[in-house]
Amino acid sequence: MLKKILSYVGKYKKEAILSPVTIIGEVAMEVLIPYVMASIINDGIQKGNIKHVALMGVLMVGMALVSLFFGAIAGRLSAVAAVGFAKNLRGALFRKVQEFSFANVDKFSTASLTTRLTTDVTNVQMAFMMFIRTAIRAPMMLIVAFIMSIKLNARLSLVFLCAIPVLGIAIAIIMTKAHPRFQAMLTKYDNMNASVQENLVGIRTVKAFVREDYEKKKFTKNTEDVRKAQFNAEKLVILTMPFMQLCMYTSIVAILWFGGHMITGGTMLIGDLTTFVTYTGQILMSLMMVSFMFMMFVISRASIQRIYEVLTEEPDIVSPENAVLSVQDGSVSFKNVSFSYFNDMGNLSLEKINLDIKSGETIGIIGGTGSSKTSLVQLIPRLYDATDGEVLVGGVNVKKYDLDTLRNQVAMVLQKNVLFSGTIRENLKWGNENATDEEIIEACKQACAHDFVTGFPDGYEQDLGQGGVNVSGGQKQRLCIARALLKKPKILILDDSTSAVDTATDANIRKAFRENLSETTVFIIAQRISSVQDADRIIVMDGGKITDIGTHEELLQKSAIYREVYDSQQKGSDE
Amino acid sequence: MPPRKNRPMEKPSDVKGIIKRIFSYMYGFKVHFALVVVGVIFSSIAGVAGNALLTPLVNNIADGLQGEWDKSKFIMILIGMAVVYAVGAFSTFMFQRMMMQISTTTLMRIRNDLFNKMESLPIKYFDKHTHGELMSLYTNDTDTLREMLSNSIAQFISSAITIVGVFALMLWYSWILTIIVIVMLVIIVNVIGFIGKRSSKGFIAQQKALGKANGYIEEMIDGQKVVKVFCHEDKAIEEFDKLNEELCEAATRANTFANILMPIMNNLSYLHYAATAIVGGIMAVNGFGGMNIGKLVSYLQFTRQFSQPITQVSQQLNSVLTALAGAERIFRVIDEEPEADNGYVTLVKAERKGNELVESENGDIWAWRHPHKADGTVTYTEVRGRVEFDDVYFGYEPEKTVLNGISLYANEGQKIAFVGSTGAGKTTITNLINRFYDVPDGKIRYDGININKIKKSDLRRSQSIVLQDTHLFTGTVMDNIRYGKLDATDEEVYAAAKLANADSFITHLENGYNTMLTADGANLSQGQRQLLAIARAAVANPPVLILDEATSSIDTRTEALIEKGMDSLMNGRTVFVIAHRLSTVRNSNAIMVLEYGKIIERGNHDALIAQKGKYYQLYTGMFELS
Repeated sequence: MLKKILSYVGKYKKEAILSPVTIIGEVAMEVLIPYVMASIINDGIQKGNIKHVALMGVLMVGMALVSLFFGAIAGRLSAVAAVGFAKNLRGALFRKVQEFSFANVDKFSTASLTTRLTTDVTNVQMAFMMFIRTAIRAPMMLIVAFIMSIKLNARLSLVFLCAIPVLGIAIAIIMTKAHPRFQAMLTKYDNMNASVQENLVGIRTVKAFVREDYEKKKFTKNTEDVRKAQFNAEKLVILTMPFMQLCMYTSIVAILWFGGHMITGGTMLIGDLTTFVTYTGQILMSLMMVSFMFMMFVISRASIQRIYEVLTEEPDIVSPENAVLSVQDGSVSFKNVSFSYFNDMGNLSLEKINLDIKSGETIGIIGGTGSSKTSLVQLIPRLYDATDGEVLVGGVNVKKYDLDTLRNQVAMVLQKNVLFSGTIRENLKWGNENATDEEIIEACKQACAHDFVTGFPDGYEQDLGQGGVNVSGGQKQRLCIARALLKKPKILILDDSTSAVDTATDANIRKAFRENLSETTVFIIAQRISSVQDADRIIVMDGGKITDIGTHEELLQKSAIYREVYDSQQKGSDE
Repeated sequence: MPPRKNRPMEKPSDVKGIIKRIFSYMYGFKVHFALVVVGVIFSSIAGVAGNALLTPLVNNIADGLQGEWDKSKFIMILIGMAVVYAVGAFSTFMFQRMMMQISTTTLMRIRNDLFNKMESLPIKYFDKHTHGELMSLYTNDTDTLREMLSNSIAQFISSAITIVGVFALMLWYSWILTIIVIVMLVIIVNVIGFIGKRSSKGFIAQQKALGKANGYIEEMIDGQKVVKVFCHEDKAIEEFDKLNEELCEAATRANTFANILMPIMNNLSYLHYAATAIVGGIMAVNGFGGMNIGKLVSYLQFTRQFSQPITQVSQQLNSVLTALAGAERIFRVIDEEPEADNGYVTLVKAERKGNELVESENGDIWAWRHPHKADGTVTYTEVRGRVEFDDVYFGYEPEKTVLNGISLYANEGQKIAFVGSTGAGKTTITNLINRFYDVPDGKIRYDGININKIKKSDLRRSQSIVLQDTHLFTGTVMDNIRYGKLDATDEEVYAAAKLANADSFITHLENGYNTMLTADGANLSQGQRQLLAIARAAVANPPVLILDEATSSIDTRTEALIEKGMDSLMNGRTVFVIAHRLSTVRNSNAIMVLEYGKIIERGNHDALIAQKGKYYQLYTGMFELS
């Protein structure tokens, strides 16, 4: 998993590798400086050699400057590498999501995908930066300082040989114990946030039912849970610092004890003692750093996992090799098609659908909620793949087409449609980037949108804001239809796309279709009988099956469901 | 919903006030806090004192080299050091532990306060603030605050003590070497200022770029299905790459400055060390200024100890400022005016004794208890659900009126329907009936009582509302229906579900009534969710029912099926119906056709059809309803 994620360092590999390398330079200097210090004390001050003190002092200044240089370079390089890594990761995720089929998107949910591309990437960036800055630094520091201390006085360095494993094991125990507690804390934390989210979305419901106190009580329990879990987890982690101090201080006292004896015994110099004290700090501190690094990794592991899931998700609908690059006509056939959202033949949304539609036909589809009307039409532009059987467009199995080719010829106006931030014109151009003004106006006229668009202060240049907030539901639907028309498709699918449009406008739109799109196969899914009654044929669906097909008059005769719907919509009307 | 991290960095406006306020949440922790301060002091002093003890120790050893080694003094010093260190380590443990208790509880209190306030804010507040905005108070802002509480406070105290202590000792050891310290200090402050300014500028630019990129991601992922249908993937990628590149540039700049601060500070401290070594070495050799080898060794450790806390504080300064800015945002919400409620007319159970209504625990009727301030008497009025609007004007914003002189009268048990285009004011009227928004006195009367005199919670308890967007809560189906009446028995819930025609689909769910609903009931269809909402309203069993597009997501066939249930639900209640689908409102006692906040037509279905006005046009589809 890590390997895969790390491969996105990509062209920033140079920086990612150079950064720790330069850090080695910095570390080397940092470890050497106390060594020089020892020399100042031993050979300079103790022997009264001022020249040596000055010489070593200048050497030390030089080393500090070198260390500064390396440190600054490393800082820059690690910033470039980590930020670049995040950029690549974000870019890769975005590209991946663009490849996703509807089924892939459904699997993750849009909210979760957004989190993965934003918060999770930021977390990984932070962890990575921390990693390349300390992954080499801390162990290097540990090793070099340890070697230097052996060089100074091998016997005295035995103290470290005791201290390092003790502290190391203690930290390891603390971390392994803390990890599940942190996981538990995060779960509680998620619950709490979910509860806030719920209350934000449902504030009207809460208030209408006067459930403020009930919700407050629930939330108080949540926060209490979070507090307990947080306390539980952190009370372990805070042990590391005092424990590290204990180890460090014990080592220092031990070093001073043994060192004092050695010095007076003549086997050690005073300057070396101070250097040893400095090394104690460096060695044990770097051990702490390593443990922090693991913490950071543990915290970011969830994010890495979530990013990895997206990156390794196989887009389940891709263009085949040797794809067919043109669609003959707008004919559509379903041959024994069954479909399940879960790819489970035991849980079918569509069952053994057989259907032949000629190019240029207008087909209405009627059926109750959950009768799988949408599922049926979504198979045509291959938004989902049939679980069994085959769907043919222009006489060719949809799986054989290049996806862009197929979808450019099959325009679909979705039930839950979206306009994007930008002007109306920009939004319409999604249908056809090179559409001329005439074509845009023509499409809008057919979708009965031209009149209200020109009514806006800025006309086609009207800014819609994020999510198309500045237009009403009916206007939005008509803009979405116009957008689809601009594609000049061979097949047009309207999935309940005129529900917020009044019947008269609805009729006008259909009239425009009849006059201008006689070549185009049109599917209209609707709740209103009036929206489909003049279609060439109407499909009645119930429970994932086609129960009847025919014209309005035929269905009134033979379909009980159709008649029932018709009656419920006509009842009480005088006409 | 993801937390949004795309708010530009803000500086808190009143640092002192905010800190004071955060501390005010630590009530009940006086002893803890005192222990923290004591612990921090001891822990910092131990570090400094340990180094100070190096002086006599090294001098003792050095003397030992020259002549007789005073070993007992050596042991005494070492024991002293061990004690100091032991106290130090224990103090660290203690103050961290205490601080943890304080910080976790403080956070909990702030969260609770924030949530409690949020629950009592008027609906108006939620109109003006996005969910993301409020949500990030609970995620980003409390997270940074947590960081600050558990780390920075103790760190700041400790740093201050260490800096002052070390500085005092250094001055005491040698004023000459302290001149070097002061020179270094000036340099350090300047460097921090220089880099800090660029760094925070860089971070602001980064946050802006991040906001733009994240905004684009959100929009494109939300509209992912449309992107696919229009084969717009390549264009989206192209656009995104541009934003991503901009973000990368800004972030690199910001992080570079942040990253180089550490090595610069670290090595400045080594320069300081070297300078001290040279000058101090010369002094020690000449015995100038009372300098000796023991003092120099300690002094050199001090130079390291001195710069560390400065580096740490400067590193944390940015995050502390961010945390304070976040705390300020939280407090701003906590300081918001809660929903005003001056109502004093309350809902009570009563029974009828003769012609009089008498308050009674076990009464079977609901009544309004109306104390009259003027003469101190109390009258009781039976709750019937009569609603009266008298020339009501209303606007969500003062300059934009949505309702222009609405007058209407709904008698108990009547069904009143509102019809009209979006923005005509239908939902606004119902929002006034349950006082989501307030109008001037006397304009709306409820059972003859000025609605503003009725306690909001009691008013709302007497009504049930089924909204256009059904909101379900995490919990079982049973829990969700029971939301309407918390003490409803299982049988009452089943009956309500049957009434709403929800029983059949519920029993088909995997675990029936015990099926867990998650993420706003995502595993249910829109129609099923609305059925649950209707069941929820049914179980509440109030005299007034408001249905705001309650059946818009139910297909006409299903609607026909639940019509019976709806009819029995509406039976005997005053019902206000808003519906898009005219078939839903047909059998109302009165239909109000609204346009631009005015009632332009009223009457029953037949009368309105006969009138051949707007309703007739709507009904026959000659006019758009959008």
